Amino acid sequence: MSARTRRSRRWAPIAPATALLLLFLAGPIGYCVWIAFTDARLTGASGAGFVGLDNFRRAFADDGFRNAVALTLVFTFVSAVIGQNTLGLALAGLMRAASRPVRAVTGALVIAAWVVPEIVAAFLLYTFFRREGTLNAVLDQLGLPAQNWLYTLPILAVSFANVWRGTAFSMLIYSAALAGVDRDVAEAAKVDGAGPVRRLWHITLPMIRRSIGTNLMLNTLSTLSVFGLIWAMTRGGPGGRSETLPVFMYDQAFLKSLIGYGTAVALLLLLVGALFSVVYLRLLRAEV
Amino acid sequence: MRRPSTGRLAADAALLLTAAAFALPLLWLLLASVDPSADSRVRAPSSLTADHFTAVLTDEITFTPLLNSLLLCGGATLVSTLCATLAAYPLSRHRSPWGRAYLLTILFTTSLPITAIMVPVYGLFVQVNLIDTMYGTALFLAATQLPFSIWLMKNFMDSVPIALEEAARTDGASGPQTLLRVVLPLMGPGLTVVTVYTFIQLWGNFFVPFMLLLTPEQLPASVTVFTFFGNHGTVVYGQLAAFSMLYSTPALLLYLLIARRLGNGFALGGAVKG
Repeated sequence: MSARTRRSRRWAPIAPATALLLLFLAGPIGYCVWIAFTDARLTGASGAGFVGLDNFRRAFADDGFRNAVALTLVFTFVSAVIGQNTLGLALAGLMRAASRPVRAVTGALVIAAWVVPEIVAAFLLYTFFRREGTLNAVLDQLGLPAQNWLYTLPILAVSFANVWRGTAFSMLIYSAALAGVDRDVAEAAKVDGAGPVRRLWHITLPMIRRSIGTNLMLNTLSTLSVFGLIWAMTRGGPGGRSETLPVFMYDQAFLKSLIGYGTAVALLLLLVGALFSVVYLRLLRAEV
Repeated sequence: MRRPSTGRLAADAALLLTAAAFALPLLWLLLASVDPSADSRVRAPSSLTADHFTAVLTDEITFTPLLNSLLLCGGATLVSTLCATLAAYPLSRHRSPWGRAYLLTILFTTSLPITAIMVPVYGLFVQVNLIDTMYGTALFLAATQLPFSIWLMKNFMDSVPIALEEAARTDGASGPQTLLRVVLPLMGPGLTVVTVYTFIQLWGNFFVPFMLLLTPEQLPASVTVFTFFGNHGTVVYGQLAAFSMLYSTPALLLYLLIARRLGNGFALGGAVKG
């Protein structure tokens, strides 16, 4: 057997996976790039003509698109960067100080919220935030004013829903990271008189900075592609006030039948995702 | 017994408060499913009923959608895990610049927002007549999970010592034989984690079948729960809760099966190491 045949035999098992990835992922991405430069409509791509950058020009001049970009930024920042990430870190940290039963109960509940299917989570949070829902009942009990959350602050409601659903992931990552932090260093700093805040800021956080970076990337990426949660809770409404980019894209492509335009928006979303993905890869580079 | 420190009490209190916030929506699910006058608030039912469950336990509402979910996600999991196992073997066993580039591409793909490509995928599926077919949708679902499965599987395979394989090879075993008889039996737990994790992810996937399947009789539970309860003017909350319980339970049970390994520094396939 020649070295060449041996090598191709050795790598042959990779073929089915590669075929599947090329056909169903690389293919659509390539198609996405092409369609984004045409005026394709839902009736079929046969009539689609090349329109150059028109779809992108149109997007940047479209109030609906700019609204969606702004809301996506708010949604991502509030729910992924602040919510999931900080709450996940806080939970992981508190769990190290808490008693065992409390730790177990909290962990189980946070993870249950994560494992429940997306659409069920959306319904649960919908009932929670409704005018007649649980949140207002709790506020009532506390003597605080009730609100029609899904109407007055829909973007905040879906952001909290995303925090509820996604915090477990950060909690697991940070629990693993904190377990790897050398207690001796923190103890030594304590002996030297450093308070808890300074120990957290100058010792713990720098030691887990790579986990923080990775977690922020992965939270951002998964939050950028949230669709079902928002769609089932508010359908992007009322009046587009919770319409993030994926919802806007769906709305344009399918409800308004502008496949070309919707795809251009999709391509922009994909580019942002790819950018974050590259940063994520650089963070991981040493591991591969 | 030592008296608990103030630090521990404060941590306990903070965690319990957070736990309560996470529990409320889940509590609604449990209570509303057995409350004869369920609405959208959490409250203790005045009496218990199984009516909501009997109402939804019909072919149309529960059995057909769950069966569809099982076929769709089971098929996709099978294809995805099989392809991932095959691909992970050479990637784990033979170092080469080409293999490294392949792995980096895979890792890059794991974090791409799949949502974004659904519009072109829909377009392509219409063109090649795969739209509204179970197998087309299952293949696409398999492809979406594949990058992560390969990555996980490769990491699990890396931890199987190569010495055993070399011994098998000296005894004259071929490549496929070694994979099947030596490597796979040793990575049973890893294989379980990849399979179960893939299945749970697909079980909850809403957007892909929502876009690619049209015929009501083919829709999985993730989509029917939305069309059935989301599009009706008046929602029967008790039934919604009962159905949601039935639909969520398999995912929760399967998670328990792999929970210990996932929590155990799983942190996405060892990708995150502090």
